[in-house]
Amino acid sequence: MTARVGVIVFPGSNCELDARVAFSALGAEVEMIWHAGTSLPEVDLVVLPGGFAHGDYLRTGALARFSPVMDRVRDHALRGGLVLGICNGFQILCEAGMLPGALRKNNGLKFLCRWVDLRVDNNDTAFTSRAEQGQVLRIPINHFEGNWYAEPAVVDRLRENNQIVLRYVDNPNGSVDDVAGICNESRNVFGLMPHPERACEQLLGSDDGIVLLGSLLDHVTDRAGVAG
Amino acid sequence: MISPATLHRDLGLTDDELDAIKTRLGRDPSYTELAMFSVMWSEHCSYKSSRIHLRGLPSEAPYILVGPGEGAGIVELAPGVSVAWKIESHNHPSFVEPFNGAATGVGGIVRDILSMGARPIALMDPLRFGPLDDPRTAYLVEGVVHGISNYGNSIGVPTVGGEVVFEDCYAENPLVNVACLGLVENRLMHGRAEGEGNAVILIGSSTGRDGIGGASVLASAEFDDASSEKRPSVQVGDPFTERLLIEACLELARSGLLVGFQDLGAGGISCPTSEMAAKAGTGMQLDISKVHLREADMEPFEIMISESQERMLAVVDPANVEAVLAICRKWELQANVVGEVTKTGRVEVIHENGVLADVPADALAEEGPVYNRGLERPAWLDELQGAPMGAEPPSDLEAAFLQLLGSPAIGSKRWVWEQYDHMIFLGTVQGPGGDAAVIRLPGQDTAAVISVDGPGRYCYLDPYEGARLAVAEAARNVAAAGGRPLAITNCLNFGNPEKPDVMWQFAEVVRGIGDACRALGTPVTGGNVSFYNETNGRAIYPTPVIGMLGSLPDARRSVGLAFRSPGDVIAIVGDTDPADFGGSEYAKTVNGVVAGRPPRLDLSAESALHRFLIEGAARTSFSSAHDCAGGGIAIGLAESALAGGLGFQVAFEQDERHRFLFSESPSRAIVSFPAQGVEAVRKLADDYGVPLEIAGSVAPDRLDFGTFGVGFDVAQDVFEGAFRRALAASMS
Amino acid sequence: MSYLAQVDVMLKPGISDPQGQTIERALPVLGYPGVREVRVGKRIQLQVDADSVDDARTKVEEMCERLLANPVIESYEVSIG
Repeated sequence: MTARVGVIVFPGSNCELDARVAFSALGAEVEMIWHAGTSLPEVDLVVLPGGFAHGDYLRTGALARFSPVMDRVRDHALRGGLVLGICNGFQILCEAGMLPGALRKNNGLKFLCRWVDLRVDNNDTAFTSRAEQGQVLRIPINHFEGNWYAEPAVVDRLRENNQIVLRYVDNPNGSVDDVAGICNESRNVFGLMPHPERACEQLLGSDDGIVLLGSLLDHVTDRAGVAG
Repeated sequence: MISPATLHRDLGLTDDELDAIKTRLGRDPSYTELAMFSVMWSEHCSYKSSRIHLRGLPSEAPYILVGPGEGAGIVELAPGVSVAWKIESHNHPSFVEPFNGAATGVGGIVRDILSMGARPIALMDPLRFGPLDDPRTAYLVEGVVHGISNYGNSIGVPTVGGEVVFEDCYAENPLVNVACLGLVENRLMHGRAEGEGNAVILIGSSTGRDGIGGASVLASAEFDDASSEKRPSVQVGDPFTERLLIEACLELARSGLLVGFQDLGAGGISCPTSEMAAKAGTGMQLDISKVHLREADMEPFEIMISESQERMLAVVDPANVEAVLAICRKWELQANVVGEVTKTGRVEVIHENGVLADVPADALAEEGPVYNRGLERPAWLDELQGAPMGAEPPSDLEAAFLQLLGSPAIGSKRWVWEQYDHMIFLGTVQGPGGDAAVIRLPGQDTAAVISVDGPGRYCYLDPYEGARLAVAEAARNVAAAGGRPLAITNCLNFGNPEKPDVMWQFAEVVRGIGDACRALGTPVTGGNVSFYNETNGRAIYPTPVIGMLGSLPDARRSVGLAFRSPGDVIAIVGDTDPADFGGSEYAKTVNGVVAGRPPRLDLSAESALHRFLIEGAARTSFSSAHDCAGGGIAIGLAESALAGGLGFQVAFEQDERHRFLFSESPSRAIVSFPAQGVEAVRKLADDYGVPLEIAGSVAPDRLDFGTFGVGFDVAQDVFEGAFRRALAASMS
Repeated sequence: MSYLAQVDVMLKPGISDPQGQTIERALPVLGYPGVREVRVGKRIQLQVDADSVDDARTKVEEMCERLLANPVIESYEVSIG
């Protein structure tokens, strides 16, 4: 079966086309979903792409969480559907309370676009199943507000539950516990600051992003296989 | 008090120009009309000083689909694959308010590309500042880079390269140029108001008092110490609206609903109304009470010349108006019908109280003054060219090498380009830090190869030769990456054109660009002229920035500057003249001299080198190729090594070694290739008549020049840390 | 009635504030020693229709909880009138 991926387009999103290219190249069927819609088409994976939704005015992701489509995204997640927030998408999921924590300005107070190494610290998720435990992936970051923060008690809980899925090998932004990507307790909502969709081709510098995006598609097709 | 009799002067018009307006109208202009003339006849909009010189530039080739005069030039890179390419300046606004000045510069060039119906897919930012140890420079660098980063990243267009240059002459006149590449996804749009009765729709941001007088006062009058009071006229950018505008414009272009389309830039709404009508031989009636305003109490003249950002003007068949407005609404953009196309040949501005302006469109857009200004070779030039060029040997070769490697000019600009999203669109095969950017076009194998270059010191020493060198280096950068140079856009930054020596520099530069472009087969698709880069009577170096566009049929064949494998053979291609030191980095940085004559350029040798590089890339002969320019062979080798995380082992036999290592002879490149390829590469060089000398090989850990050497880590620290440290030192 | 409301949004105590730290480092260099605990926040100004000052305050506080501040990292203070 072909996995169906829905990419949410907020006004101000700008990585939606890249997400479409990357998931299409991996064989998924990709549909673009405008934020103002109050229904969600039948999809297996909802992607909140990078960019500057609503200009990131007020706070990154703050206005986007009130876009009409977000209620449907929440429903999709509550039904166990997969959700992936990349960069601005991660910021939106945190603002929406679908993932814990918040993203602050980078410690260096500069926008940073660079290749970084990420370590897979939990490969037992739908997002990391193709990776070895501890595998290091080369994937670029591209953000001003990527400095993840949560209260110590929340961080402890995430650690205990193995919800910290990806950590920076060399922390570029000051995020607590080197967090680059996390998941929710149910392990179906994922958010990360780096851009795996930009690392799906050696010609562009790395294809390690396929490990992550491919894992999600595997999960969809495996589950379909089990179901029937 | 402003006196009505001299009002035109406050708006930047001369007495003669006012007389010409009166003659053309057969009466005195109204206040609104005078404001419209002041912006349309400003240097920035009318090219009144430069036009007669620019006519001499070549502008035609079979693959040039649209040449100068439109929003951007259009070049066919491969059959059916066309791109838009254009450079602009935002120098004065960036000096007054670096963050917003630079940001709105990006916004403006992006709308130029949009006006053609093309999708903006890459930006390049050539930047020039005063010396980095001046805190004011550090402030400007921070602000400009942040402005570009904030705007460019938000709108989702990658910034894939540029330049960052420091010279004393730019201290009070920083140059903030910006180039944009666009992909023509659909049919081309044109800035023409065809069809009497068609509706005129204003799309995008509301109109406020931003940039009132920007064109006439900011861009066209010399600065003096009172200029900081002009701050209110700087425009403020809204990248969020621009992002929406991009998608809305592309959807409109796809829809086929538009008859004509143009952006609003310098000159505000006066510009597209008059230009679109003049080009089509029609007229336009504009009801300014329909313009959506940010501030309710704006005067009509303010509405007519406001430079509020993120606005476009569309001409639409009345039957399609609702469909166009619906697309704009979908993208959450304001859009209003503000007028209609007439057959009168005039731009009529009306509001509820009647007619505010009624002037021939041609008079505004095409009959601006044309000046054949006086030219005079500067008296100081002979002495400058005759002075010693600063080629004296260093006391210590290794120290000189490290000094150059760590100079602000040569040191890594990673601090700058890491603040730019240079990867979005999944096309950046080669990004910042190399000779040229290689941008694979969405959904294609074809890549556009782009580079910007503006050797101001060379042009100061000899404007004609310097301009030729600028074109040659930009083309060489493209060829080194494997691209075939096709066409240029140029941004000509100069001092006050009313001064004969500045105007002579301008004429010489244009002549040099023309000759080099003809020799290399790269016509000019358009560009921009920025005069009055002069403060308190002191002008910048004549600084033509050349934006070269080339094509590469298969992006996978592109060649980078980085060494790839230890053991690869390193060759220097092209002749080194030990006398080519005038205006060099070595002369400036090590000996503190900018004098003599710039390096000598033989355009046939240059062209042969390009063919060699392009063919070598096509045959995948090279592991790396790098233009050998600022800092000469020594720096070229170091850049290839540091980019690849490797060292090298080379040896040269020449006497006076520093002359060989640091000479800036043009028409040279450093290539590396696997040892088994030596014979094939030699043969290729012979076939193209290009001298080639094997210099050594790629090695790990050490940059070894034979008589001296530096550990990789030391070199990397000097190169990578130079810029950041200098900036930090300046700001503390 | 219409009330002018001002909302000051600050990073919560304990949340690192690199902007504040940068300013704190810069001030002594400019000749202002003895400056501590610089924190950077933002002020949002609103004109709100409400029945009373208390009503206005209740409304604006709700706005803060839902949108104007992020309770994970930010605190807010509302003043009316």
